[in-house]
Amino acid sequence: MLRYLARRLGQALLVVAGVVVLTFTVMRLVPGDPAVAFAGPKATPEELDAARERFGLDDPLPVQLVAYVRDLVTGDWGVSLHTRQPVRDDLYLAFPASLELVGAALLIAVVVGIPIGVLAARYKTKFPDFGVRFGSMLAVSVPVFWLALALQLLLAGRLDWFPVAGEYDSSLDTTSPLTLWTNITVVDALITGNWPILTSTLHHLVLPALVVAAYPTGVIAQMTRATLIEESGQDHARLERALGFGETSILTKFALRPALSPVLALIALVFAYSIVNGFLVEAIFNWPGLGSYAAEAIRSRDTPAIAGVTLLVALVYVLANLVVDVLQGFLDPRARTR
Amino acid sequence: MTSPQETTAEVPLRRLLPRVPDRFAALGAVLIVLIVLAAIMAPWLAPYPDEPRPLEGSLPPGAAHWFGTDQLGRDVLTRILYGARTSLSIAVSVLAVSALAGVTLGVVAGYAGGWVRDAIMRVTDVFLAFPALLLSLALAVVLPPSVTTVILAIAVTWWPWYTRLAASVAASIATRPYVDAARCLGVPAPLIVWRHVLPNSLTPVLVQMSLDAGGVILTAAALSYLGLGAQEPTAEWGLMVQQGQTLFTTNWWIGTFPGLAILVTAFAFNMLGEGLRNALDPRARKVT
Repeated sequence: MLRYLARRLGQALLVVAGVVVLTFTVMRLVPGDPAVAFAGPKATPEELDAARERFGLDDPLPVQLVAYVRDLVTGDWGVSLHTRQPVRDDLYLAFPASLELVGAALLIAVVVGIPIGVLAARYKTKFPDFGVRFGSMLAVSVPVFWLALALQLLLAGRLDWFPVAGEYDSSLDTTSPLTLWTNITVVDALITGNWPILTSTLHHLVLPALVVAAYPTGVIAQMTRATLIEESGQDHARLERALGFGETSILTKFALRPALSPVLALIALVFAYSIVNGFLVEAIFNWPGLGSYAAEAIRSRDTPAIAGVTLLVALVYVLANLVVDVLQGFLDPRARTR
Repeated sequence: MTSPQETTAEVPLRRLLPRVPDRFAALGAVLIVLIVLAAIMAPWLAPYPDEPRPLEGSLPPGAAHWFGTDQLGRDVLTRILYGARTSLSIAVSVLAVSALAGVTLGVVAGYAGGWVRDAIMRVTDVFLAFPALLLSLALAVVLPPSVTTVILAIAVTWWPWYTRLAASVAASIATRPYVDAARCLGVPAPLIVWRHVLPNSLTPVLVQMSLDAGGVILTAAALSYLGLGAQEPTAEWGLMVQQGQTLFTTNWWIGTFPGLAILVTAFAFNMLGEGLRNALDPRARKVT
C-alpha cells in the first residue's frame, strides 16, 4: 500500500510539473507585449522598461520558467490585469463560491442520479429504463449556457419562483452582515447562525445548481445503471436469486455496494468537469465564483488571471484523481497493481 | 473502471453494423443523417437568404418565419441550417486532427512499449489533467477568435484520449501470434504497425469518435458562445445563443432555437455512440 501510495504521488507530481510548463507555454503564446498589457497603451518607454524589468521579460525563456515556478511556490500567482489585485487573493475569494455551487450540484446529482440508475436497472428494457436512458442522455447533451438562460427565463423571470441572479440578497449585508471564515457563504452562515443569509443563499443556489447538476446527474445515472446490470449478472446474484431474494433486494442489498466504486471514481472526475461547466453558468447567474472571474478575465484578455484559474482547476483535477485512486487502492487491493 | 477495448479489438466494423438492434442508436443515426443532409442542402432548404433585413426588425415565430427572425431581421431557421455546416465541420475537423495525432502516437507507444510508451503516456497524463473546456478556453483566449482557433484549441485537448485508447489496443495486438509470426519472418516494425496493428486498432477508435462528437459540438458551441470562436456574420449555434441572450426575456426565439439545435445534434451523436459501444462490448450486449 505504501509503495502504491508513493508511486501514485510521484505520478501526480510529474503531472503537476507538466501542467505548470504547459500553462507557462500557453501564456507565452500571447500575441503582443505583456508589458504593454500591464502598463497600458499610454505608458512611457521608461514605464515599459520598468514593467519588463519587474516581470523579467528580457530574460531567456528557461530563466523565466524557473522564476515562474519559484513565484508559484512562494505564493505569488501574478497580478490580475483587470482587478489589479494579486491573482491569488482573487482566487481565494472566487474559488469557495464555485465550490459551493459545484458541491450543491453534485449533491443533487448523487441524490437523483443513483436512485434513478437503480430504477432503470430494476426495470431494464422496460418503460422506466427507456425513460431514464432518454432523460440522462438529454441531460448530458444539453448546452449548459442555454439551459441556464432557459431556466432563468422560465422559473425566475416568468414564474418568479427563484431570484434571477446573485449569491444572496445584497441588502442583507447591512441588516445581518456575514462573518467570513471559510469564504463559503453557506458554511459561514451556518456556523455563525446567520439564518437570513443562509436561506437567501440557498434560495439563490437552486437554479444554478440545477443547471450544473444536469451533466453529472446524467452520467451518474448511466454509470449506476450499467454497473448494476453487470453486477446482477454475476454469480453472487444467481445465488441470491436461488435463495429466494427478489430482484429489488438483490439490486439494493447486494449489487449496489460493489457497483458504487466506479460511481465514486466518476464523481471525482465530473467534479472538476463541473467546475469548468459551472463557468458558463456562473456568468449567467452572476454567481461570484471562478467562472464569473474567468469570464471577466476572458473579456479583458487578462492572461495572469486566466493562467491562475487554469492552474488552480488543473491542480484540483489532479488532486481529485489522486484521492480517488488512493481511496480505491485502499478499498480494493487489485486497483494497486494497475 | 475497466475498459472494453481488449475484448473489442478485433471486431471488424462491417460486422457490427447489422448488429445494432438498439432503437436509441437507430434514432440517433436517423437524426444524424437528417442533420448532415440539412447541412449539405442548406442553400436549397433555407426559406430565405442568410442576409439582414434591418427594416423588418425581429419577428416572432409564425407562418412566414417558423422560428422567427433575429434582431437584424435574419430568418432564424435559415441560420440554424447554415449553422449545421459550421458545427459539423468543426466536429469533423477536431475528430480527424485529434484521431490522426492520437492514434499515430498511441500505436507507436503501444507497439514499442518500454520507455517510449512511458514517455508518451506521461505527456498524455499532463494534457488529461485539464478538463477539455478549460485548456481550450485558455488557448482560445490567447489566439485570435475564429473557427480555426476553436478547432485547434479543442483538438489539443482531445488527442490524448485517442492515444490512450490506441496504445492499450495496440499493446494487446502486439502480443498476438500473427504479429509474432510477422516479426519472425523479418518484417520491419513500421510495416508491422502499418499492416497489422493499425487496421486492427481502428474499430474502437472509430466508436470512440462517434461517442465524442457530441462532446466536441458542445465544447465548440460553448467557446463560440463566449465569443472565442466563430464571429459575425458566420452562422454558428453557440454564437446565435449569445446574440439572443440580451433579448431573451422579450424575443426568446432568437436564442432558444439555436440552443435546441445544439441539444438535438449532441443528443443524436451521443445516442449513436452509445449504441455502437454497446454493440461492440460483449459485456454490455449480454444484458440488453
